[in-house]
Amino acid sequence: MANKVNAIILTGNGTNCEMEMAHACKLAGADRHDIVHISELLHGEKRLNDYNFLNLPGGFLDGDDLGSAKAGANRFLHAPISGANEMLIEELLKFIKRGGLILGVCNGFQLMVKLGLLPGMNGNYTKQTSTLTFNDSGRFEDRWVYLKANKQSPCVFSRGLELVYYPVRHGEGKFIPESATMLAQIENNNLVVFRYCDAKGSVTMDYPLNPNGSTNAIAGICNETGRLFGMMPHPEAFLHRTNHPRWTREDLTEEGQGLAIFQNAVAFIRSDEF
Amino acid sequence: MAYRIEVAFKKDIRDALGEKTKKRIRGNLDLPVANVATIEVYTIEGNLTAEELKRAAEGPLSDPVIQEYAVNLPLAKNFDWLIEVGFRPGVTDNVGKTAREAITLLLGESLGNRKINVYTSRQYLLSGPVSRTDAERIASDLLANDLIERHLVVGKDEFDFQKGLPAVIPQVTGKDKPRVEQINLTNLDAAALLKISQEKLLALNLEEMRAIVKYYRNPAVVKGRRKIGLNENTTDVELECLAQTWSEHCKHKIFNSRIEYRDGRTKKIINSLFKTFIKGSTAKIRKAKGKRDFCLSVFVDNAGVIKFNNKHNLVFKVETHNSPSALDPYGGALTGIVGVNRDPFGTGLGAKLIFNTDVFCFASPFHKKKLPPRILHPRRIFDGVREGVEHGGNKSGIPTVNGSIVFDERFLGKPLVYCGTAGIMPAKINGKPSHKKEIKPGDVIIMTGGRIGKDGIHGATFSSEELHEGSPVTAVQIGDPITQKKMTDFLLKARDMGLYRALTDNGAGGLSSSVGEMATYSGGCEMDLSLAPLKYAGLQPWEILVSEAQERMSLAVDPKKVGKFLELARKMDVEATVLGKFTNSGKFHIRYGEKTVAYLDMGFLHEGVPQMKLFASWKAPKHLEPTFSPPADLGKALIQMLGRLNICSKESVVRQYDHEVQGGSIIKPMVGAQNDGPSDAAVVRPVLDSFEGVVVAHGICPRYSDIDAYHMTACAIDEAVRNAVAVGVDLDHLAGLDNFCWCDPVQSDKTPDGHFKLAQLVRANMAIYDYTTAYGVPCISGKDSMKNDYSIGKTKISVPPTLLYSVIGKIHDVRNAVTMDAKRPQDLVYILGETRDELGGSEWFGQHGVIGNKVPRVDAKKAIKLYRALGKAIRAGLVASCHDCSDGGLAVALAETAFAGGLGLNINLKNVPYRGKKRDDYILFSESASRFVVTIHPKDQAKFEKLLAGQVAREIGFVTSDGLLQISGLSGKIIIKEKIGKLKAAWQAPLNF
Repeated sequence: MANKVNAIILTGNGTNCEMEMAHACKLAGADRHDIVHISELLHGEKRLNDYNFLNLPGGFLDGDDLGSAKAGANRFLHAPISGANEMLIEELLKFIKRGGLILGVCNGFQLMVKLGLLPGMNGNYTKQTSTLTFNDSGRFEDRWVYLKANKQSPCVFSRGLELVYYPVRHGEGKFIPESATMLAQIENNNLVVFRYCDAKGSVTMDYPLNPNGSTNAIAGICNETGRLFGMMPHPEAFLHRTNHPRWTREDLTEEGQGLAIFQNAVAFIRSDEF
Repeated sequence: MAYRIEVAFKKDIRDALGEKTKKRIRGNLDLPVANVATIEVYTIEGNLTAEELKRAAEGPLSDPVIQEYAVNLPLAKNFDWLIEVGFRPGVTDNVGKTAREAITLLLGESLGNRKINVYTSRQYLLSGPVSRTDAERIASDLLANDLIERHLVVGKDEFDFQKGLPAVIPQVTGKDKPRVEQINLTNLDAAALLKISQEKLLALNLEEMRAIVKYYRNPAVVKGRRKIGLNENTTDVELECLAQTWSEHCKHKIFNSRIEYRDGRTKKIINSLFKTFIKGSTAKIRKAKGKRDFCLSVFVDNAGVIKFNNKHNLVFKVETHNSPSALDPYGGALTGIVGVNRDPFGTGLGAKLIFNTDVFCFASPFHKKKLPPRILHPRRIFDGVREGVEHGGNKSGIPTVNGSIVFDERFLGKPLVYCGTAGIMPAKINGKPSHKKEIKPGDVIIMTGGRIGKDGIHGATFSSEELHEGSPVTAVQIGDPITQKKMTDFLLKARDMGLYRALTDNGAGGLSSSVGEMATYSGGCEMDLSLAPLKYAGLQPWEILVSEAQERMSLAVDPKKVGKFLELARKMDVEATVLGKFTNSGKFHIRYGEKTVAYLDMGFLHEGVPQMKLFASWKAPKHLEPTFSPPADLGKALIQMLGRLNICSKESVVRQYDHEVQGGSIIKPMVGAQNDGPSDAAVVRPVLDSFEGVVVAHGICPRYSDIDAYHMTACAIDEAVRNAVAVGVDLDHLAGLDNFCWCDPVQSDKTPDGHFKLAQLVRANMAIYDYTTAYGVPCISGKDSMKNDYSIGKTKISVPPTLLYSVIGKIHDVRNAVTMDAKRPQDLVYILGETRDELGGSEWFGQHGVIGNKVPRVDAKKAIKLYRALGKAIRAGLVASCHDCSDGGLAVALAETAFAGGLGLNINLKNVPYRGKKRDDYILFSESASRFVVTIHPKDQAKFEKLLAGQVAREIGFVTSDGLLQISGLSGKIIIKEKIGKLKAAWQAPLNF
């Protein structure tokens, strides 16, 4: 029998895209799509153990006051689960070890990178080796961008995708690895999942097609297993054609392009590969 | 002990904030700085070891990939001037608070009982040929707001590169013992009473002070007071509470006054503008709608409530935050948006927030003349307000979907900052109607969210005055969207679990207002101010009562549920404190510990304010009519018009707001082939399982007030309605909000033209009645801000009387919504509605420096028929694009339709239905109301014309693929032939900051 897909959508402390992300999981066919407040994890009322698809939605964890998701990452690293004699990070690492999928979007991606989950080379998930920082423009921007998928990527979320169009809504989306060596590892292992490109799919560093000046136009990366994936653009913001900025003038499929990311996750968990 | 941790970008990492600052210094102040680098400074108060400081610095406080840090050592190097900017004592420091929480969590149990505090500041390292005076100017005119921030300018020769700057803690020091002042007002004369009102910033007039005196002279009152240990003296707590409750801001005294109105021919007595025209019109509309009435709660709660469908209600409120934004644009606007968020949130049983709107009125950001004292440069106000709303909206996860920016030199005196928020709530929660409030005697008063500080004291009374020399520093608050988000996450959960009976927000007037208003439901309250959680010690009881410190809600909780409520709050890391209970004693009873500090009859507190008696006298102003002849080059004229501040693109602002969060974005602020055309209204889908949508739009046209505020109001209402119609709203399901921003209309030495200004207000209200009833669009809530004047020395600047009319409505299926961009070559172009030579107050006359007298007049009867016919055509799928004609008239609407669609238009002006003086420029730029430019597919022509039969609707041309806007004039000659790229560039250039 196919696996049940139990999606958890984590919220609290400034997260704000949980509703549409849960809706995406639901539309994609997840059996459960629970919005869980982080306090429920910290009080042991809900356990990551009960899920196999962790969604880290966009928002402003702690206002991004110390840099995007920095204080949020600090909480994941240092907060104990009350009454469980365990730290939250330990529970998270167990979730990864069990092969659970993690999707981080925008602030969720920032959180994954600042924690060290991504790129998470050699399975070291708690050492930060890259960052997402201020856009070259120095400003927050909401605009739609084209993304070219890397077909060689091991990412399970992007299978079958080539060119997609999603909105970015961030002030800190410029990806910078700690060193040239780290960048080479990311590139050589095909961990780059999406790059900013023009409408025809040519990768670009030109603003505003590349909205933040990201290194190698990187918009999203995964880890070596392809099960942990983060991206700055918001697939959950494009679930229906009417979300598209030009839906009143273009012929579009009823389903929005963002749904594919979630459908891939669901299909993967249901498959024998999981 | 105090420590300093400094964090800077590593070499070769781009300092985006530094670059932006450099750009602003060069652009706004025209000073030749070569480079700006920034350093974040965390000043930590407490007792930490060197090892612990290092962990904090390399952990949450810095990013190892791109930043370096130093503990108690300076990082600054290679600069000419170092400017450090930090907050003044007591000002909300959101980043400091987050840093404290992060370090506390990081150190965990090892911290023991050691307490720490973190204060943030920022260093700007400037290099380049600027003098000390210039550096000071950069600090005070751009980087720091001296009202809330301190700054230090250090030259490279003065800086100690070994030790850096000392750690300074901006702590609130005054630790006064709580003290209640007793004032005997009963024997004071008029002058002494007014002096007290002025010195204490009470903003109460003589008659109101006398009403208070009368209360304290009443033997029965005094007898009751003696029983609880008070006497005929007024306590400062009571006086402040009365001043707040009776403030113009809270009581709307002008709107409730008795007005004798004359307009030359007639004389009328109006007993309350609010009751007569606003409540009166809504009552009439609701009656006419009968069973189809969708209003649920109007004018009684923090926001208006209407039905969305059988399962959900919509809640909408728009507020202004003008005075605080004049003093601190960032903090004022931020507080404006997070403040108005709490209105729908605190309505009925509480609503989930679904979108924000914002409308700003500024003077030109390119203002070159010398500024009067205490006025910030309009560019600075623009940038600060924009950023405040960005942070307030984006960080709260509420999309900002609709807005505009209006420019007029008179907004130099006070900028207008309108912030709106809508919410949605289940029609029933735990079986009870969600839009109703109920409080029982014995229910417990709980305050939740942030703590109380000196911030925002006298906000309510201050906004009831003009901006003057002594405007208080403490009137400014800085909101914290994350504290509020945590609180709203918690309260929505508590709501669904049925853990509270009622809630309301702490906005203007703080606890005095929130608990005072809630107490009217049960008939009294008893509250102990000493229990209230404070940000720092040293607040006086009266300050605790009226502080407007942000992010707080007051609740009424069933005593049986208090335990569960507090438990959930603790778990979700939100502060919640029991302050007392609601009673039916008829008294507003406030204690500090055991001692009673205020004891007022509820009836006196809420109904005791004397009605003002005012005079209004209308005489239509006569302006010069223009004498300019039609320009030879109308293409050039159109390009100039597109670049006018009130017409040009606001995209650089729009893009910085998240307008899509929550996933329901259907019509975005920018639409068209390149996502850069200006949409008329926003459409969102608040319930993702359904295709039912919410439409939001607005109208605002202060320039027409120069001629007649009646027509200004009519045009604003019409603009709001027609914007909503343009995207496909259901006209039978559309409600409005009126937000008046007026200059002081009360005749006095300061306002010698008060009778005229009040007549403008009366006329605006008459138009509200006439037009909302004609359209069947009821006002469900609103607000007035009546003192938008600047008066220092001999300079007085009054804003033009300005009404923002916002509408919220329903579209039954969002898939029927229409955008304004031309869609396909060969589509036919129609103009709907009659054009007349109504250019009084228009942008075209403004371009020529004249006002004129022929203001656009709205023919509501014709308009409503046209809107209904157009609505049918839209629902039938016959309309390819629809754009309303407003500022700049037909020509601007055509240009926008063309370049938004990336297509040309070929137009013949001869076919435009027009009445008046025959001039091409008049037809092109007239701002007659109730008009649209519509494009349709040729195959739909017959059906479309059939639906529009009997309306003024005429085919005037077609869409082309040549990328040219080509218009032939009355003579048949081509009068405009411009590339759409050129038109768009002109439209985008001015505010592309």
